[in-house]
Amino acid sequence: MTKFDFNDDSVVVVIGSGAGGGTLANELAQKGVKVVGLEAGARQSPATFIQDEWKSFGQIAWLDNRTTSGDWRVAKNFPNLPSWICKTVGGTTTHWAGASLRFQEHEFKARTTYGNLAGANLQDWPITLAELEPYYAKAEDKMGVTRTNGIPGLPGNNNFKVMYAGAKKLGYKEVHTGRMAINSQPRDGRGRCLQMGFCFQGCKSGAKWSTLYTEIPKAEATGNYELRTESHVTRIEHNAAGKVTGVVYFDKDGVERRQKARIVCVAGNSIESPRLLLMSASNMFKDGLANSSGQVGKNYMRHMTGSVYAAFENTVNMYKGTTMAGIVRDEARHDPSRGFVGGYELETLSLGVPFMAAFLDPGGWGSDFAWWMENYTKLAGMWIVGEDMPRETNRVTLNTSIKDKYGNPVPNVHFDDHSNDIAMRNHAFAQGEKIYQAAGAVKTFRTPPYPSTHNLGTNRMSEKAKNGVVNKWGQTHDIPNLFVSDGSQFTTGGAENPTLTIVTLAIRQADYIAKQMSERAI
Amino acid sequence: MRVVSIVNADATISRVSECEEGHGFIPKIEIPLTRRSFLKGSGILMGTLVTGTTLSALAPSNVWAVELKTLNTAKGQTLMAMGRTLYPHKNLPDAVYALLAKDLDSKATGSQEIKRGLLEGIEKLNKDAGGNFAKVSASKKLEIVKAMEGTPFFDLVRGQCVTSLYNNDMTFAVFGYPGAIWEKGGYINRGFQDLKWLPAPDAESSPAPYRG
Repeated sequence: MTKFDFNDDSVVVVIGSGAGGGTLANELAQKGVKVVGLEAGARQSPATFIQDEWKSFGQIAWLDNRTTSGDWRVAKNFPNLPSWICKTVGGTTTHWAGASLRFQEHEFKARTTYGNLAGANLQDWPITLAELEPYYAKAEDKMGVTRTNGIPGLPGNNNFKVMYAGAKKLGYKEVHTGRMAINSQPRDGRGRCLQMGFCFQGCKSGAKWSTLYTEIPKAEATGNYELRTESHVTRIEHNAAGKVTGVVYFDKDGVERRQKARIVCVAGNSIESPRLLLMSASNMFKDGLANSSGQVGKNYMRHMTGSVYAAFENTVNMYKGTTMAGIVRDEARHDPSRGFVGGYELETLSLGVPFMAAFLDPGGWGSDFAWWMENYTKLAGMWIVGEDMPRETNRVTLNTSIKDKYGNPVPNVHFDDHSNDIAMRNHAFAQGEKIYQAAGAVKTFRTPPYPSTHNLGTNRMSEKAKNGVVNKWGQTHDIPNLFVSDGSQFTTGGAENPTLTIVTLAIRQADYIAKQMSERAI
Repeated sequence: MRVVSIVNADATISRVSECEEGHGFIPKIEIPLTRRSFLKGSGILMGTLVTGTTLSALAPSNVWAVELKTLNTAKGQTLMAMGRTLYPHKNLPDAVYALLAKDLDSKATGSQEIKRGLLEGIEKLNKDAGGNFAKVSASKKLEIVKAMEGTPFFDLVRGQCVTSLYNNDMTFAVFGYPGAIWEKGGYINRGFQDLKWLPAPDAESSPAPYRG
């Protein structure tokens, strides 16, 4: 295994090994760039993943203490669990469902398309769909996305059959088993999907793309990548010239280490990434690194979400097969006549009995709740995912009153729904219920948003330095050798699940970094 | 045959270390039903599974027993009754609700504060029931429990129900949830699209499975 010296200041340090960090590291390593990866979590594998919801949660979820505030129900029911993301090698690509949708053209121009909404901090991205298309194509090929590159769609399970029947009756046109980074047939040394239904717990067959067993071993095979696991970065350091020089982290034995670097790329997801920039404040950068705009940590987005579950006379057994087994895309369009800007996707989703008890109606009890649990085999379920409005007041800050085990302030995540989010959620709840009623539902239930899996926007991309944290390459406006490589770059959220776009941006960023290095611009 | 353990294969967040087994199987915890080990406890909850039910067909024995370390038997029964009031499932046996009592008992064993809160809460339940909460009617129980909603005791018991009642093999078996399926090769050849009461999607929307 490759080992780099702590004092080797020619390396690129990539913090995180998920969709952004894992992909970026591999892309750089393939180009001959030396990369040190620092991952806070431990390394699992398909063999060690556990098909038990709570045990798996204990194995791969990010459980470090966090606090919450705001009017979102998560703050009430899960005050120390704002997000449902992972602390493990491969990051949240171990847990994600696999939905891989490109953003729509207008979603890169949210400010222009939606106008100036009060209480929203909308901006256009500094890039267009046309600029990203070649990179989207590379990402889809890399991840083996179904319905691209000649890869067939996945076979629909029972949960999809219910969604399909109802959606078609309702007149929806674009209803299918989705564009999924799950092998419908063997590809890239990985087998086809066995329809186990534990996508959220880490795929035990490896059919679902995760950097854990694709990008990371490929990067390691080049000899240019050293991944240090259980290594938690607490500070990014800089010199008198204002360039970053390396990072300080605690290794698996709790020993504080300093790794020097030519370039530092932050890919710790939208809570830890801004937290790290804020914690790295210095005399020169009193408000945190790359924060001259004051935007670090702001514009936190989590997608407008919610779920609809429905009970039927007959058995569904929604737990059988892929968790996200199908999609209705008709509502993803921008059509303000519905009473809101932006759009949403409807995607099947299933939880096992243990998580159904925890998430169907958090805090709920009584005979109605018991009825839903008893009818578990007769339930179908879908998740709503739509564009939420970026707001400066929705933000990640340092909670200095509570310290983590390294003595650093824990992050606080504040979120209030925008009125547009609420209007869209109500519309989506109603449409979801109509779909199931059309398929013969005897009862439907509106489940509130789960802790956030799509965390976005806290180091947003902007044309001008005063409006955001990073430029169109994910390079911070303030510090040329400091990059952001995860979903926190997103200027706005779009309606689509974000992983494909995170991977796409990482591939593109790797090209830029390698070019800048060879031109000695960085 | 599925072995139905009478002890909760509980997996709260604090037990991360138990998730490190290399094979991904879930360990089953067995407790010996010896008289000697029971004598060490402060209380025992016991019962039998109703014969002819899903569970009795699957369980190695129809007799179940749960040992308490801090609470006495009567207090355990009060907590079981509160669990059944919060989450009333006619088709779940008392053995499931005994897991709630056991898990709360073990929390009380580990924390004086929790123990005090539980004892006070149990006392209030019994007082409001005019003596014995477990013996009053279901509607009276509901009235008493509802009046306690929002108290720390209520939150503790209700929160514990989520994992104690719904994360065990007995509940899985009764509700028809098979749990882990890896060992059996998933549902690809095991009915993932066996729903027949709705028309099948067209082949473009839902292509046939890959068969090599």
